[in-house]
Amino acid sequence: MASDKVTVLTDGTFEQTINAGKPVLIDFWAEWCGPCRRLAPTVDELANDYNGKVVVAKMNVDENPSTPMRFSIRGIPTLLLFKGGQLVEQVVGLADKDALKKMLDKHVA
Amino acid sequence: MSREVIVIGSGPAGLTAALYTARANLNPLVIEGLEAGGQLMLTTMVENWPGHKDGVMGPDLMTDMRAQAERFGAEIIRGNVTAVDLQSRPFKVTMSDGVQHESRTLILATGATARLLGLPSERRLIGHGVSTCATCDGYFFRGKPIAVIGGGDTAMEEALYLTRFAAHVTVIHRRATLRASKVMQDKAFAEKKISFEWNAEVEEMTDVAKGEVNGIRIRNVVTGDVKTLAVDGIFVAIGHTPNTSLVAGQLETDANGYLVTHMGSRTSIPGVFACGDVQDHVYRQAITAAGSGCMAAIDAEKYLEGVPQHLNE
Repeated sequence: MASDKVTVLTDGTFEQTINAGKPVLIDFWAEWCGPCRRLAPTVDELANDYNGKVVVAKMNVDENPSTPMRFSIRGIPTLLLFKGGQLVEQVVGLADKDALKKMLDKHVA
Repeated sequence: MSREVIVIGSGPAGLTAALYTARANLNPLVIEGLEAGGQLMLTTMVENWPGHKDGVMGPDLMTDMRAQAERFGAEIIRGNVTAVDLQSRPFKVTMSDGVQHESRTLILATGATARLLGLPSERRLIGHGVSTCATCDGYFFRGKPIAVIGGGDTAMEEALYLTRFAAHVTVIHRRATLRASKVMQDKAFAEKKISFEWNAEVEEMTDVAKGEVNGIRIRNVVTGDVKTLAVDGIFVAIGHTPNTSLVAGQLETDANGYLVTHMGSRTSIPGVFACGDVQDHVYRQAITAAGSGCMAAIDAEKYLEGVPQHLNE
């Protein structure tokens, strides 16, 4: 079950979202990607845990080719964290929830 | 509260062990691990799983295995184990969030993970053109030239799969002949989009400065010739490493780091059993992993029957 706290991002809404103030964590994924399915529940939990502090978002790479291209994403799942519109962290592949929390906590004061 | 059985890992070995111990009323706890579902989650059509005469999608097979184990009462939780204590009784299992579980028996089904070459440039370019999973990342290379490194069945499967997307696939292999099975070799040799670089070792992947793959430099180990292939993607398929870091120094391993099992699935510590790829570098099939998971479940059940409860508490 996808959390309703996860924002669905598109190429069109990307720019305004990362510049809207709060840190933004984006999960780049696709239907056909097995590991993405494994990461999805963790992303959902982070959306709940960091509700109001971090915008947790997903971007489907099939439907939105330009943003993944811009950040040279050639493998999914990839998580990118933006703060003040700037890319500050990237995680390629599967990651442990606790490791992701540590990473987010560094940027959420 | 101590459990009877904890299974670490959720590929075919772990979920079969869970199914059998659940049906034996041992209420197993399965800790999925980061790579939940195991290596089959990275595959597409599995054509050698008996009973599915037309093949079955790897991720679907794992979803069904999981549901089957749960139907009989296996408790499957997400999360990653960071430490196991095999000296204490019951055994202690610590999760990454600090939660600790205890169990009278442990079934280790932690599997194996794709190995990398170990080049600094490879590490830097993972996710930016370097991949170990064709089914995950092949899509990003539509119409592009790709290299596959390796000469075994997995390398041939990856190369063949990637021909769906790639303009061309070059298989880079450090020997003059393939290790892959005859059937996979024949398929690969018949595919017009695949060519081979024999006796070739990888020296470097480029371009780290640009942050994306644009080539691979290889050296022919026979002639000494060095050349660079222009590729957009590099898929590394050079084998696997068993996931034994949790029990390093606590259990007997072989020269390759795989857990050693005796008399079925027994490890060097009574009450600890191992199944699947973490203890098998020979067969490494879904069906052999599942078979060994069944063995571990039966061995654990026998062990629990043989140890009087009062001596164990």
